[in-house]
Amino acid sequence: MTIRIKKGRTGQSLRDTVVQMSGVDLSACYQCKKCSSGCTVSAHSQSPPSEIIRRLQLGAGDELLRNDLIFTCVSCETCYARCPMGIDLVPVMDALRALAVQRKAAIPKGNVPLFNSAFLKTVHIFGRTYDLGLMALYKIGTSSYSQDADKIPLLIGKKKIAFLPSFSPNLKTVKRIFEIARQNKGK
Amino acid sequence: MRYAYYPGCSSESSARDQHTSSIAVTRALGIDLVEIPGWSCCGATPAHQTDRLLAASLPAANLLWARDMGLDVAVNCAACYNRLKTANYEVQHQPEMRKKVAAALNRDYDGSVKVRHIVEVLLEDFGVKNLETRLRHSLNGLKIAAYYGCLLVRPHEVTQFDDPENPQSVDTLVTALGGESLDWPCKVSCCGNSLSLTTRSDMVVDFSDAIIGMAASAGAECIAVACPLCQVNLDLRQSDIQKKTGRNYQMPVLYITQLIGLCLGLSFAELGLNKLVVSPSAVIKVVNENSFKF
Repeated sequence: MTIRIKKGRTGQSLRDTVVQMSGVDLSACYQCKKCSSGCTVSAHSQSPPSEIIRRLQLGAGDELLRNDLIFTCVSCETCYARCPMGIDLVPVMDALRALAVQRKAAIPKGNVPLFNSAFLKTVHIFGRTYDLGLMALYKIGTSSYSQDADKIPLLIGKKKIAFLPSFSPNLKTVKRIFEIARQNKGK
Repeated sequence: MRYAYYPGCSSESSARDQHTSSIAVTRALGIDLVEIPGWSCCGATPAHQTDRLLAASLPAANLLWARDMGLDVAVNCAACYNRLKTANYEVQHQPEMRKKVAAALNRDYDGSVKVRHIVEVLLEDFGVKNLETRLRHSLNGLKIAAYYGCLLVRPHEVTQFDDPENPQSVDTLVTALGGESLDWPCKVSCCGNSLSLTTRSDMVVDFSDAIIGMAASAGAECIAVACPLCQVNLDLRQSDIQKKTGRNYQMPVLYITQLIGLCLGLSFAELGLNKLVVSPSAVIKVVNENSFKF
């Protein structure tokens, strides 16, 4: 397969930024494609993981941030477990995802960044996850009200969703962690 | 035996049954789980997908509270287990991260608190021989596919749990209970994780279908799990699989602690068996043909 890439923006290349953020050396990849064979989500995605690395190696620009593998990646670590060169792709995907949000790339269906931010918002507020709050924030953000609506009565009936949030008594520590992480961003 | 117990957020919602069955089983075996006072969320997958410092600091805070108790940590949820161990690994191996975490927590943490999954506690610390002497019922040869998923076994250098491609821990427990643990190829496949909660839940339906289908082909009558997300994705999504493919598996998906509890003769209420979506009645019937009604 021929891979065509657009050259990145001037200044630091996307590859260098990703390497810096993730601490992962991408130059060790020689395209054996074991990561792609084992990848949980590649059959449901635009590109397999080995292609993402190849594109980065070749100097891809910000168009790569629209690739939906970045968002369908479930961090299952199968790629890392099977990579003969020990390249951990999960931090690479994490870095690409963060850059996609930072640089306002178009986010494909599923809107995982919104899910993640809704999840973390409940942790920030309560110190623990609050499923109902998370689901409300995500559903409002994606207007996906009917999705899995049939499951809600079942989940509530079986008490698999808590009605009320549970507060961590150490909420102050949690809020401090969020604040320091926010200040630290980009450093 | 005493542990600082980290229940994790799912113990209060979707995986209350994993939590209560672990409490009941450890109590019956004389293992003391002391809840970490004021525990907070580990950040799970969303934290590490968003910010590395956040992802290391949230679990590290809990590990520090456990260190104050002077105990090793016992944990039920595979995701919490993975995040706690990753925090340990990162502060141990990345001096820069240790400094940043110390600044975020206002306290230095050296990554020294041992983290044990409840499966490791039962299998290695308590011991399978010890467990066998306490059993009152048997799984009577019930065919069980032990499903480990991702977060217990990967990345291996971080979790150090069993073998990353062909783990045996849950299988050993199943065999001790008198069940037949099956050799099958999807032990460490991924169920799709939290995509289940997004608008891409269609992918989870496909993954769960492939996993349950493989277990069924191997002859499984039940799937044993040790992770809250695996349990929900395999159990709750069976109705969606039927809608999409017509395949109606009716495959019971139980936590390994629920299976152990059944064989210890603990009550259904303690084990949270009513929380399961696919009825576990076929499993219960085998455990004791005559005396149980569900």
